[in-house]
Amino acid sequence: MAAAKNQTEVPVENGIEVVDVSKQFGDFQALSNVNLSVPDGSMTALLGPSGSGKSTLLRAIAGLEVPSEGKIFISGEDQTGKPVRNRNVGFVFQHYAAFKHMTVFENIAFGPKVRKRPKAEVKKQVNELIDLVQLTGLGGRYPSQLSGGQRQRMALARALAVEPTVLLLDEPFGALDAKVRKDLRSWLRRLHDEVHVTTIFVTHDQEEAMDIAQQIVVMNEGQIEQTGTATELYDTPVNDFVMGFVGEVNSIGGRLVRPHDTEVLPVKAEGATEVEVDRVVRLGFSGRIEMLTVPDKREVWAQLTRSELETLNLEPGDTAWVKPKPDAVTREDTGALESAVTEDPPATGKPTPVEPGLPV
Amino acid sequence: MTGERLTRWGLRYIALAYLALLLVIPLGYMMIETFSEGIQPVLDSITEPDSIAALKLTLLTVAIAVPLNTVFGIACALLLVRSNMRGKGIINALIDMPFAISPIVVGLSLVLVYGTSGWFGQPLMDLGIQVIFSTPGIVIAVVFVSLPFVAREVVPVLQEIGDDQEKAAETLGSGSWNTFWRITLPAIRWGVSYGVVLTMARALGEFGAVSVVSGKISGQTETLPLYVQKQFETFHSVGAYTSSLILAVIALATLLAMNLMRRKENDE
Amino acid sequence: MSEVTTIDAREPRPRKAIFRLPGAGQALNKGLVVTYLGIMVLLPIVAITSKAFEDGISGFWDAVSAPQSVAALKLTVICSLIVVVINAVMGTLIAWVLVRDKFPGQRVINSIIDLPFALPTIVASLILLTVYGADSPLGIHLAFTKPAIVVALLFVTLPFVVRAVQPLLLSLDRDMEAAAESLGARKWLIFRRVIFPNLAPGIATGVALAFARALGEFGSLVLVSGNIPFQTEVASVYIRGQIEFDRLASASAVSVVLLAISLALLASVTLAQRWGLRHDR
Repeated sequence: MAAAKNQTEVPVENGIEVVDVSKQFGDFQALSNVNLSVPDGSMTALLGPSGSGKSTLLRAIAGLEVPSEGKIFISGEDQTGKPVRNRNVGFVFQHYAAFKHMTVFENIAFGPKVRKRPKAEVKKQVNELIDLVQLTGLGGRYPSQLSGGQRQRMALARALAVEPTVLLLDEPFGALDAKVRKDLRSWLRRLHDEVHVTTIFVTHDQEEAMDIAQQIVVMNEGQIEQTGTATELYDTPVNDFVMGFVGEVNSIGGRLVRPHDTEVLPVKAEGATEVEVDRVVRLGFSGRIEMLTVPDKREVWAQLTRSELETLNLEPGDTAWVKPKPDAVTREDTGALESAVTEDPPATGKPTPVEPGLPV
Repeated sequence: MTGERLTRWGLRYIALAYLALLLVIPLGYMMIETFSEGIQPVLDSITEPDSIAALKLTLLTVAIAVPLNTVFGIACALLLVRSNMRGKGIINALIDMPFAISPIVVGLSLVLVYGTSGWFGQPLMDLGIQVIFSTPGIVIAVVFVSLPFVAREVVPVLQEIGDDQEKAAETLGSGSWNTFWRITLPAIRWGVSYGVVLTMARALGEFGAVSVVSGKISGQTETLPLYVQKQFETFHSVGAYTSSLILAVIALATLLAMNLMRRKENDE
Repeated sequence: MSEVTTIDAREPRPRKAIFRLPGAGQALNKGLVVTYLGIMVLLPIVAITSKAFEDGISGFWDAVSAPQSVAALKLTVICSLIVVVINAVMGTLIAWVLVRDKFPGQRVINSIIDLPFALPTIVASLILLTVYGADSPLGIHLAFTKPAIVVALLFVTLPFVVRAVQPLLLSLDRDMEAAAESLGARKWLIFRRVIFPNLAPGIATGVALAFARALGEFGSLVLVSGNIPFQTEVASVYIRGQIEFDRLASASAVSVVLLAISLALLASVTLAQRWGLRHDR
C-alpha cells in the first residue's frame, strides 16, 4: 500500500492513473481504495490469486465495470462517466471474444469500420495487422477454423486496429496450453517493443508476470500489496503475501524464507527447527533436500549446491535442523498467502441467468 | 449378448409401433382419404371462395402476429438475460403464461376484456373498432398464444454466447444499436429463426382461442382451422380433408425448415 | 464533457443523445416489454379472475361445484393423469431409442416427433377421428369415448417428455455407466440407479408441461370426444359451452380452477428443478 501511495503523488503526464478506486458487487468488496500509476508506454502486470480483484481493476480501467468510488485517468483525462466505446482502449478477453460470424479480416476491421474510416485505408491497415500478428493468408478464415493461439493473436490485432491509447489484456494466455503460452508470451513482449502502447495485463502466473512486465502489481483481496519490478518484489517484498506469491517459500518457525536462503544443519542449533529428511534430489550442479518438520510434518525444502549436498551427506529418514541463513530475506508468516490461495473465486458481476424455460 | 440385443430390438419396435399408431398411420391415412374421390373434388374445394378467404385471413393473422412477437421476443430475451433489473422473475413467469392457459380460456378472457359487455368493448365500439367477432380479436388471440416462442428460443442462446462479444464490440467503439445489429443479432439468428418458425406454426393452427372470439362468419372471420371444423360438421369431408392437408403440409414444411436450420447451424 | 475532449478523427461520431445516455436504450426496452406483457397477458388474466369472483366466493364456488362442471373437471384431471403416466414411460423409451439406438430412418423419426407441435390441433382431431372413428381402417372404434380423449391428448403431448429427456440422455457421461458396469452392476440396475436419477428432472419437466397442456386442450378433442355431458365432456369443452350460453361468470370460475392447477404444477416443477440443481453446484 505504502509504495502505491507514494507513486500517485508523482503525477504522470500520459499513461494511466487510478485514484482511490473501490468496487462492490453486492456484499463483495472487489476493490478497496486502489491507487496505481502506469507509466506511458510501459508493460505492467496485475498479478494475484483468483478473487484478488485484478480483473475487476482491469475492467474498471476499460470502463466495462463502473467503480463504486474513485477516479481513473487515461492520458491525464478523467474517464468517469465516459462510455467504454469512447475510451479508445484495446481490450483482449481471456476467451478471445471472437466475433464467430465474421472472418479474421472482418473481426479486425470491425473497430476501424465503426469509426467510419475509408474502405481502402481500413483494408490496408487490417492487412498490415494480419501480417504483424503472423496470420498472413488466414484473413478469410472464421474463428472456428483457427487454433487457440491464432484466435488470441486475432483478438490482439482487433484490439490494436483502433490504435488504442492503452492495451488491456485479461489473462490473455490463460486458455492456452503451456507451450503455446510461452511462445505467445515472448511474442507479445517483442510486439510491445514494436508498438509501444501502454499495456496492462492480468495474470495469476508469477513467472509470466516476471518474464514480460516492466512493472508488476501484486494484488490480494481487492488491494494492491506492492508495486515494483520483478527484482524489487523478489528481493524486498513488503510482506509475507508478496514474498510467497512471487517466488518459492518455506515456513520455518513462523517466518517465511526462500529455499535458497534455507540453511540445513546436521546438528541442533539455536533457533533452528527440527526436521526429518524425506527425499534428496540431485539435479546436476544443484539439488534439493525435501524435509518434514517434526512433529507437525509440514513440508520444507532447501536449494543447495552439489558440494553443499555432499558435505551434508543426508539420507531419507535422517534428522536435521533448518533455519534461515543470517543474511536471508524473511517475513513473518501471517497465513495471508494460504487463505488467499485456497479461497474460492467470487461470483462475477455478470447478470444472473434466468430460470430454464419451457423446452418447446 | 443376445439378451441385450433382444432388449434393444424390443425397445426399438415398441417405440416405432407407438409412433406409427399415434402419428404416422393417422397422418398417412388422412392423405389417402383426401384423395379418395379423386383429384377433382380436392381442386374444387381449394378454389372454394370461403376456403380462399379463410386461407387469406389465416395468413394475415400470421403476418401480423409473427413480426410483433419476434420483436417482442428478442427485446424480452435481452431484458431477461442481459439486464439486472428487478422483477425479472415476474416477467419470466408472465411469458410462460400462454403455455399454461387453455386456448379456450384465452378466448374467454379476450371476450371479457374486449367484448361488448367487457371492459374496453364499448369504448372501442364507440371509436368504431369491433374486436370480438372480428379480425382484431382473432389477431390478438393468435398473438397471445404464440407469444412465448421467440423469447424462449433466444434466452438460452443469449445465455450460452455470453456477453464477451458485445463487450468486445463496445471496447472497439461500437454503440449499443450498432452492437445489436452487427454482433448480437447475427449470434442469435438461429434461435430467432426457430422461434419465428414455431410462432408461425402456432399462429397458423390456433383453433380454441380463435373459435371463441371469431364468430365464425364464413368468408369473413373464419380462419383455416375453423373452416376445417365447419366443413367437417356440415359433412363436406373432402373440403375438411383438403384444408387439413394444406395445414399438414405447412406443418411438415415447418419441421423440414427446422431440420435444415439445425443442420446448417451445426455446420458452422 | 465533449467540450474538454478534443475530438479525434478516429473517435466514433457522437450519436443522438438517446443512445449516449447509459441505460436509456434499456429503459425503453423494459418499457416495451412490460407494456406488451401487461396488455397481452396480464390484463386478460386479471379480467378472467375478477369475472370469476364477480359474485364473491360463493358465486365462484357455486359455478365450480355444479355437477356438470365437477364431472368435466374430474374427467379432465383423470385423463390428464393417465396421459402423463403413459407419456413418462413412452416418452423416455422413445428418447432412449432415438439417442442410444441406431437404425435407418432414425433422423426422420426424430424430426416427426415435433409434428404434434406443428400440426394444428383441429387437424389432429380430424385425422384421429378418421383412423379411430366409425370407419376405422384399423378396426379400432374409439370415437366419442373416454379412450378417444386419452388418445387425442397423447397425440398433442407426445413431444414434451421426449424433448425434455433427449438432451439429458445426450449429455449423460457414458463413463458413468461404464464405471457402474466395471463395478459389476447389471444393465437394469445401471438404468435404475445410474441413468434414471439423471433423467428424472427431464421426465418431471416433460410430465408437468404435458399435464398443463392436457388440462387445457380443446382443439384436438372437438371432433373425437363427442362432448357428451357427464361422460366425455372435458373442462375446456364445458367452458366453451358456458360461453355459448353466455354464462361468462361460470365459465371464468372453471377457467380459474384450470389455471390454478397448471400454474401450481409449473411452479412446483421450477422449484423442484432448482432443488435438483444442487448436485451440479
